[in-house]
Amino acid sequence: MARLTAENVQRARQLIALYPQSRSALIPILHIAQEQDGWLTPDAMAHVAELLEVDPAEVYGTASFYDMLFTHPVGRHLVSICTNLACLLNGADELLEHAEERLGIAAGGTTPDGEFTLEEVECIAFCGAAPCLAVNWRFFGNVGNDDFDQLVDDLAAGRLADDVPPHGTLCRVRRRVGLTAGGPPGTATDEGSKSPQDTAT
Amino acid sequence: MITDAEPIVTARIGKPQSWTLQSYLDNGGYDGLRKALTMEPGQVGEEVLGANLLGRGGAGFEAGKKWGMLRKAQPVYLVVNGDESEPCTFKDHMLLEEDPHQVIEGTLICAYAVGASQAFIYVRGEFALGLERLSAALNEAYAFGAVGGNILGSGFSIDVVVHPGAGAYICGEETALLESLEGKRGYPRDKPPYFPAAIGLYKAPTIVNNVETVSNLPWIVLNGGKAFAGLGVGRSAGTRLFSLAGHVKRPANYEIEMAKTTFRDLIYDPRLGGGIREDNELKAFVPGGVSAPWFGPDQLDMPLDQDAVGKAGSMLGSGSVVAMDDTTCMVRAAWRITRFFHRESCGQCTPCREGGGWLDKIMRRIELGEGREADLDLLLDVCDNIAPGLSWPPQKTTICVLGPSIPSSITSGIRMFRDEFLVHIKEGRCPFGR
Amino acid sequence: MADDPVQITVDGKAMEAKPGEMVIAAAERGGVYIPRFCWHPRMRPVGMCRMCLVEIKGPRGFALMPACYVPVADGQEVVTDSPKVKKAQDGVLEFLLINHPLDCPVCDRGGECPLQDQTFAFGPGESRFVEEKRHWAKPIPISPLVHLDRERCIQCSRCTRFADEVAGDAMIDFVGRADMTEVNTFPGRPFISNFSGNIVQICPVGALLATPYRFRARPWDLDVVESTCTFCAVGCRMALQSSSNRLIRHLGVDSDPVNHGWLCDRGRFGYEMVDNPARLRNPLVRTGDQLVEASWNEAMTAVAQGLRRVRDSAGADAVAVLGGARLANEDAYAWAKLAKGVLGTDNVDCQMGDGLPAEVVLGLPRATIDEACGADAVLLLAPDLKEELPVFYLRLREQAVEGNLKLIELSPQGTGLSTHAELRLRYRPGEAAAVARALAAERVPEEGAGGVSAEDIGRAAEVLAAAGSVVIVLGRPSLAESADTIVDAAGVLAAALPRATFLSALRRGNVHGALDMGLAPGILPGRVSLDDGREWFTQAWGQVPASRGLDAGGILEAAAAGRIQALVLVGADPACDFPDRALAATALANVGFTVVVDLFGPTPPGGSGSHTRADVVLPVAGYGERPGTTTNMEGRVSRLNQKVTAPGTSRPDWMVAADLALRLGADLGFDSLDDIALEIERLAPSHAGLTPQLLARPGYRDGVMVPLADGRPTEADRPREAIEVRANQAHLGNVLPENDPDSDARLDPLAGAPAPPVAAPPMGRPPVIRFRPGAAPPKAPPVDAYSLRLVSGRNLYDAATAVQRSPSLAPLAPGPCLRANPADLARMGVTTGDRVRVSSSRKSLVVDVAADARVLRGSAVLAFNAPGEGAAELIDATQPVTDVRVETVKAT
Ligand SMILES: Cc1cc2nc3c(=O)[nH]c(=O)nc-3n(C[C@H](O)[C@H](O)[C@H](O)COP(=O)(O)O)c2cc1C
Ligand code: SF4
Ligand code: FES
Repeated sequence: MARLTAENVQRARQLIALYPQSRSALIPILHIAQEQDGWLTPDAMAHVAELLEVDPAEVYGTASFYDMLFTHPVGRHLVSICTNLACLLNGADELLEHAEERLGIAAGGTTPDGEFTLEEVECIAFCGAAPCLAVNWRFFGNVGNDDFDQLVDDLAAGRLADDVPPHGTLCRVRRRVGLTAGGPPGTATDEGSKSPQDTAT
Repeated sequence: MITDAEPIVTARIGKPQSWTLQSYLDNGGYDGLRKALTMEPGQVGEEVLGANLLGRGGAGFEAGKKWGMLRKAQPVYLVVNGDESEPCTFKDHMLLEEDPHQVIEGTLICAYAVGASQAFIYVRGEFALGLERLSAALNEAYAFGAVGGNILGSGFSIDVVVHPGAGAYICGEETALLESLEGKRGYPRDKPPYFPAAIGLYKAPTIVNNVETVSNLPWIVLNGGKAFAGLGVGRSAGTRLFSLAGHVKRPANYEIEMAKTTFRDLIYDPRLGGGIREDNELKAFVPGGVSAPWFGPDQLDMPLDQDAVGKAGSMLGSGSVVAMDDTTCMVRAAWRITRFFHRESCGQCTPCREGGGWLDKIMRRIELGEGREADLDLLLDVCDNIAPGLSWPPQKTTICVLGPSIPSSITSGIRMFRDEFLVHIKEGRCPFGR
Repeated sequence: MADDPVQITVDGKAMEAKPGEMVIAAAERGGVYIPRFCWHPRMRPVGMCRMCLVEIKGPRGFALMPACYVPVADGQEVVTDSPKVKKAQDGVLEFLLINHPLDCPVCDRGGECPLQDQTFAFGPGESRFVEEKRHWAKPIPISPLVHLDRERCIQCSRCTRFADEVAGDAMIDFVGRADMTEVNTFPGRPFISNFSGNIVQICPVGALLATPYRFRARPWDLDVVESTCTFCAVGCRMALQSSSNRLIRHLGVDSDPVNHGWLCDRGRFGYEMVDNPARLRNPLVRTGDQLVEASWNEAMTAVAQGLRRVRDSAGADAVAVLGGARLANEDAYAWAKLAKGVLGTDNVDCQMGDGLPAEVVLGLPRATIDEACGADAVLLLAPDLKEELPVFYLRLREQAVEGNLKLIELSPQGTGLSTHAELRLRYRPGEAAAVARALAAERVPEEGAGGVSAEDIGRAAEVLAAAGSVVIVLGRPSLAESADTIVDAAGVLAAALPRATFLSALRRGNVHGALDMGLAPGILPGRVSLDDGREWFTQAWGQVPASRGLDAGGILEAAAAGRIQALVLVGADPACDFPDRALAATALANVGFTVVVDLFGPTPPGGSGSHTRADVVLPVAGYGERPGTTTNMEGRVSRLNQKVTAPGTSRPDWMVAADLALRLGADLGFDSLDDIALEIERLAPSHAGLTPQLLARPGYRDGVMVPLADGRPTEADRPREAIEVRANQAHLGNVLPENDPDSDARLDPLAGAPAPPVAAPPMGRPPVIRFRPGAAPPKAPPVDAYSLRLVSGRNLYDAATAVQRSPSLAPLAPGPCLRANPADLARMGVTTGDRVRVSSSRKSLVVDVAADARVLRGSAVLAFNAPGEGAAELIDATQPVTDVRVETVKAT
C-alpha cells in the first residue's frame, strides 16, 4: 500500500506552510491522500503522521470522525443519496431503494467491480433540487428513477469523466501562492519545514 | 408582503460567469473593500454595529457586537464559517459557488475591521464545486492584489486560506469548527470560555462569522450601516437569504427584507414559494432549520423576524424553511430528523450521544409499527433529560446545542400530532403506508 | 491577591476554595461529593460525561453546569441537591447504562466500579431501554498488557487524555463518531507505552483491563496496604493488593510530592517477580558442584566460617560487600554496621559501577522533585528518564509541555524528553565535562566544546543565567563513559552555578537509602565521611574501618587480582549489572568464597550470572514481604509496608546481618526493626528527628525529606484521606485501611518501641558530607576514524531480574539493536535491518543495526542490558570511553 508520492509530499508541505500550526493541514492532506488512492490506506495515514509529527493513531482517530474520509476501500464512484427532510419529502427513500436495486447493492456497499459505492447521506445542501444526490461530490438534482439509471450508465461509460473525477479528487484548483502577507510572528514556515532529522542535534 | 428592497447578497447571482473576477469587477466588486481600506478599522466596525447585522449562521448574534468582544491580544484570527450543514439550508452553498469573490471581499473587510493577521474560510468538504470556484477566485484575488501583502496598496496585509472540511455537521458549530481547523476531531469546546473572541483558534482571540454574514459587508461599507439598518424592522435588519424547501412549488433561496415578510408570503407568494405542491394543505413547517421546533399553519402570518419567532418558541436559525403538506407522515419526518442528530452527534456528551441513539431507536419502532403506549411519555422524558424543561431556547445538559436540538422535532411532533403518533402505536403500522 | 482563597456556597454551606480550581474539587474538599466519570484531578478537565451537572448561579439565574469545568469564583452559589440536579444526573446515569452490558458478575471491575456504585446508589431500578444494546467484538488486546472491552466503555476519554497529555504516547485515540465512538489504536500498532497500566487504573468502568490481572480476583477479596514502590528510585506511592497471601495488583496512590497517582508498568506489574514460584524457599549451600538446600543454621554456619577464614588469613580488606539498593533502609543500616563495624571492611558498595560516587550524590546541594518541576530551568545531565525514572519523567514532561520550565539536555543521545527540550546539547561521549567548562567560561570558546557548537553552549548559558532557579538532574548519561567525567562536570557546574541544586538520577530502588546508610566506600551512616564520623561511630559501634575502601569497580578488579577473597552479594548481580561484564566474570571466577543474599538462586539453575558461583545462597524477603522504610531520589524517606509473607524460610535482610554478627562474635544490638529505626535516628546525623512515630503520622504518608531541620520536617504535612485516594484512583479508597492515626499506630511495627540499647555518643554529631571536586580525570582520547564511540543506557525493560522474573514484562524487553547515524552506517555499507559485528577491546557481538538520524555522527548506541547481549559486554570500565568497530556480517 502506498505512502504519499513525492509530488504529494510536496503538496503536503505546501499546505503545512499555510498554517500557523502544522496539524491544521491534516484534513487537507488527507484529502490529497484520498485523491491519490481513492481511500486512506494505513501506509498513507502513517506517512501523514510522520509529516505532521503526530502519532498515527491521532491521524486515524481524526480521519474516522469525518464521513468523507474512508479508512477502507470504496468504489471509483461514490454515490451519495440524501434522504434528509427535504429529499425525504420529495421521494428520496424511493430513490434510494431504486438505486439499491439498480446497482445491486445495499447502501454502504460497493459493486463487485469496484465501480460504485452507494451511501445514504445527510443533507447535502442541494434541497432546492430534491431529491438529489452527489457522485464524488458532484451534485445532481431532481433525480427521478430514470435519471438515476441514465446517470449510472453515463458514469460507467465514462461519459461524465470531465465533470466527475474519480473518488477522492475534491478540489482540482490548486492554490497558486503561499502566504504573502508576512504572517503572524513565529508561524507557518518554520514549523512546516521541521523534519524529525532537523530536531536531532 | 414582499418589499421591493434591492437584493444585497444575491445581486450578482445569475449574471454570466458571476464567479469570475472579471464579472465581479464589472459589477462593482471590491469597491467595498477599497472604501473600507480608506477608513479606520474602528470606523468599519462602527458601521457594522450600526447596521444591526445579525449573524446568519444560526445563532443570530450581532456581528458588530461580537467584533467588539475580541480579547485584546495578538494575533487575531478570522474564520469564516462555510460549513453549512443544517439540513435543508443551502444558501451558503449557493453564495460560495455563484459569488465567491463577494465572500472573499467580505472576509477581507472583516479581517481589516478586527485586525486579523490571517483569515480562514472553512468550506464544507462536500462542496467540491464551491471549493473549486472559491479557490480559483482566491487565486485571482491574490493576483489582483486584493489579498496578500499590502492589499490594494493600502499597507494592510492579510492572507486568506481556503480550508476544506471533511463531512461532519457538528463542525459548523463554531468551536468544533476551530478544533477541526486545528486538525482534530470536531469536538465542540466546553464553556467557559464562552466565545472564541476570547480564546479561539490556537487559543488566540478569533472571530467566527458565517459566509452570508460576511457577504453583507461590502454593501454595508458602501452604503453605510444606517442604510442596512433601515431595511427590516428593529433588530431584524437588512435582507436575509431564506432556503425554502419541502413541499413548495418553487423551492429555492430567496433574499427578502427581514421582518416585513411573513412565512405565508414566503411559502405562498407566486414570486417566492408559489404555494404547496398540487395545492395540498400545509400541515406544518420548519421555521429555521431542523434544529428548530416546528410551526403549524396557524403561525403562517408570523413575520420573518428573529425576535418574533424566538418569542413564539422557535427560531429563524439557519434560515431554512421546510414546508410539509398533509401527505406527510410526521412520525417519519421527526424520526428522520432524529436520526440525523443521532448520527451527527460528536459523541462527547453522554445525553446527546446516548440519548440521540435511544430516541432514534424509539422513533424507529413507532414508525415501523412496534410502538408501545408508554413510548410517548418515554420520548418526552428522554428529551427532557437532554433539554430540561423542553423549552426553546433550550436549557442544556450538554456542551453545545446540538444535543438539546434533538428533541425539537419529537416534542413538536407529539405536541402537534399526538394522535398521529397514537395511530402508529395502536394500529401497529404507519397510516401513510410506508 | 491572586492566590487568596475565594468564598463559595455549596448547598447553603459556605466553603473556602482555591482560586482557579474547579467547583467539583472545592466542593469535595468541603465535604460535598459530586459524582463524576470523566474528571480526573491530575488531568485537564473536558466536561464530557456530564455526570457532574449541578446548578450554578450566573447572571441569568441558576443553570445546569458541569462542576468539573466551571472554576470557582468569589460569591459563587452552587446547588447539588435540587430535584433538577438529581434528574439531570439520573438522566446521565441512565444514558450511560442503556448500552452498557450487564456483565458485572464477570467483569474485573465489578465491586469497585464507579458506574456500578452510582447505579446501586441512585440508579433506576428497571431499564426503560428495550432495544438491542450496542455491540463490539469483546475484549481486544490493545497492548501486551492491556485488553479493551469497547462495549463497557463510557467514552470518558480519561485513557486517551492520559496517553496524550500525561504520557505523551498518543497511541490510542477515539475512533468513529457519535454513539459508535470507540477507543482504539492505529491498525496494527499496539499501545506500547511504559505507562499503559495507568489507563486501566483510571478507567471508571471495566473497559480497560490489565491482562495479567484479568479474572484473577474479585475486588472484595483483596487485602490492601499502602507502600512505596522500590522498583526504581522515584519511589511512587502505591497500594499493594493481595489475595490468599499472594500479591495480585499494584495501584498508584496520589502522592502530591511524588507520583500524582501514576505508576510505570514495571512498578505496576513488578509484583509478579515477588509472586514468582521460582523464588528461593530455603538456603542453599555448595556441595561440590551442586548448590543443595540446607537449614539456616547450616548455611549461616558456613557463611560465618567462610568469612572468618578469609578475614583471619588475609585481613578484613579481603572481604567485600556488594549491593544494598534492594534493601530497606533498616536492612541497609544493619549490613553497613555488620560490614564496617563488625567485619571491619570498607570495601562496600551498593552501586554496580553504573552510578556516581556517594560524595557526589550526598554531598551536593539537593533538590526535590517538586523543586525540579518548579524550577525555571532544568539541566539534564542524566540518562533517558523515560526509561530509567519513568514517573519522574512524567512529572518533568508535564511542566516542560506546559512551558513552565526550560529543559536543557546535555546528553550524548536523544531521550524521551528531547522533543520537549529547549536545547539539546549532544556531546561526544566522554566529553560532558568539556561542555560544562565551556558553559561556565566567561567566553564560550569559538570552536564550541565536546562536539557542541559555541552557539548552542552560548544559548544554554543564557538560559541558565536568566533562570531564577536552576536544578541539575545528575546521573549517568551513558554507561559507556567513565563516571569520572560526570563527577568532573558536576563539580564545574556546582561552582559555576552556586544557586543551582541537584537532583540525583540514580535509578536503583533504594540506592539513595543505601548510600545514606553507609553502603559505600568512605561513608558512614547519616551521610558522613569515614573520617568525619570515625570518632562518633567508633564510640557507638566499637570500630570502623581504618581507611577508605574500594568501590564496585575496585572490588571487582581486586577480586580479579586475587586480593579480595570473600564476596557478599546482597541483592547484587555484578555479572549482569556491572558495566564491564568481562571484568565482573573474571572477578567472580577468582573469588574464593561467595555469599549471595537474594530472592532467587542461580538463573537459570546452573546457568550464568553472579549467583552461579555462590558458596552459600540465603533467601530473603522481597518487596511487600517486610516492613521498613525506603528513600527515594530526593532523599524522601517513606514507609514500606508488608502485605504478604515471604516464601519458605526467607527472612528480612537485617535479620541475616544480625544473625551473622552473632556468629562472628558480635552483637549488632537490635532485635527488631524498631530498634534499628531508633538507632538510625540517634546515630545517623542526616536522619536526626526522623522517628518511626513521625513517619506513621497520616500527614507524612508521602514521606519525610531528610535531613530534617532541627528535628522538624522541612515540608508541611499533607494529611491524605482515603477518600482522596478513591477520587483520584477511580476506586480503591474504601479498602485502604490507613485512614486514621489509630490504625496507623496499629499497622506500624515501629510505633511505641522502647529506646534502643545503643546510645548516642556524648559529643556533637559529625557534619553531613559536602562534595569537593577533585582533579579533572584524564581526557578521552580522540576517536579513530574506523571506530564509533559507544553510548549506552538502560531500557525500562531489560535483562534485569525484576523484569525477567515478571512473566508479563519479560517479553517486552527489546533485543539488542545497535543504532547509529545513517551517514556512518552508509560509510560502513550497512543499513537498517542488517546484522553487524560490533567489537570492542572486550568482546565482539553480533547484533541488529538500525539507522537513526538522532544519533550523533561518530557514535553508536546500544542498550546496556538487553536480553541476549548488551553493551555491558563491550564496555571497558577501566577506560574513559569505549570505542567499537562495526562491520557487516554476511547473511548466511
Ligand atoms: C450544531 C450547530 C451547527 C452549526 N452549524 C453552522 C453552520 O453550518 N454554519 C454556520 O455558519 N453556523 C453554524 N452554527 C453556528 C455557529 O456556531 C456560529 O454561531 C456561527 O458560525 C457564527 O457566525 P454568525 O455570527 O455570522 O452567524 C452552528 C451551530 C451549532 C450549535
Ligand atoms: S451536545 Fe452533542 S454534538 Fe454537542 S458537544 Fe455534546 S455530544 Fe457533541
Ligand atoms: S463532565 Fe464533569 S465529571 Fe464528566
